[in-house]
Amino acid sequence: MILTLSLTVVGLILIGLYGLLAVRNLFKLIITLQILVKGAVLALVIAGETSGRLQLGQSLAVTVIVADTVVAVIALALAVQLKQQSGTVDVGRLDTLKG
Amino acid sequence: MWSILLSLLALICGIQAIRAKQLLAAALWLAGVSAAVATLLYSLGAYEVAVIELSVGAGLVTVLFVFAIAIAGEEAMSARLILPRLLPLLLVLGLLAVLAVGGRQAGVNSEMLAVSRGQLATDQDFATTHWQERGLDALVQIGLIFAGVMGVLGLLTEQAGFVGAKRNSEELGRNQENSPQLPQVPPVPLSSHSSLSSHEFSP
Repeated sequence: MILTLSLTVVGLILIGLYGLLAVRNLFKLIITLQILVKGAVLALVIAGETSGRLQLGQSLAVTVIVADTVVAVIALALAVQLKQQSGTVDVGRLDTLKG
Repeated sequence: MWSILLSLLALICGIQAIRAKQLLAAALWLAGVSAAVATLLYSLGAYEVAVIELSVGAGLVTVLFVFAIAIAGEEAMSARLILPRLLPLLLVLGLLAVLAVGGRQAGVNSEMLAVSRGQLATDQDFATTHWQERGLDALVQIGLIFAGVMGVLGLLTEQAGFVGAKRNSEELGRNQENSPQLPQVPPVPLSSHSSLSSHEFSP
């Protein structure tokens, strides 16, 4: 079971990394970041389970979940404001600060 | 058996979340990833994290995504990519190879892990670990939640920031153009005010 879950962690992290490199929509970037962090949360709990300190892994996982949620909320607020200001959420077209 | 099915469900939902054309569908696939991961956490014995992941990941975050997408609207993205299409895939496959080599090395050290597991067998309950051993984390979480509340306010306030100021200035200019012209009032010299006030308040 631990091997299966570890492979799931690797899969989720790889899917998230691929999405961060390939996706251009800001909302989808936030979604791929969430997928990446879910892999990290699962990895923390698996590490706690295998090392015999499951509660410590849970505590760290809760911290990561809270931080990830706050990051998602702030990023969504920024994306909405950016959409209303510049009319696009395409990261290729957001070149206002380009020198 | 169940863990394999749930793992496959999480991975398929994750892939579909990236491949989905519509943003709303992507957000719902993300909720599927959260639900599958929460069930996997529950099967591991991490009950508290499973509940938090299910309520926050599959509930709160999904609602926020749907709300934000409803405000911003869908946008048709062009097919042009910043990077060549195969480059992210090659980078990810390279990382997978590094992980495979690292995992093989970690498998050799599994005996050391068993020894350390015996040494660290003083696992307490979740509340003690979270509030006493990781008290600083709890304080950081309070600050983060405060920042999150500010983010929600920014998300809910459509008139906020530059857009709101721009709209307000436009509306102000429109009102000034439409308002009737008032008659010009001649300015009053300051000397009359000062003499009047000195006359009234003199003992």
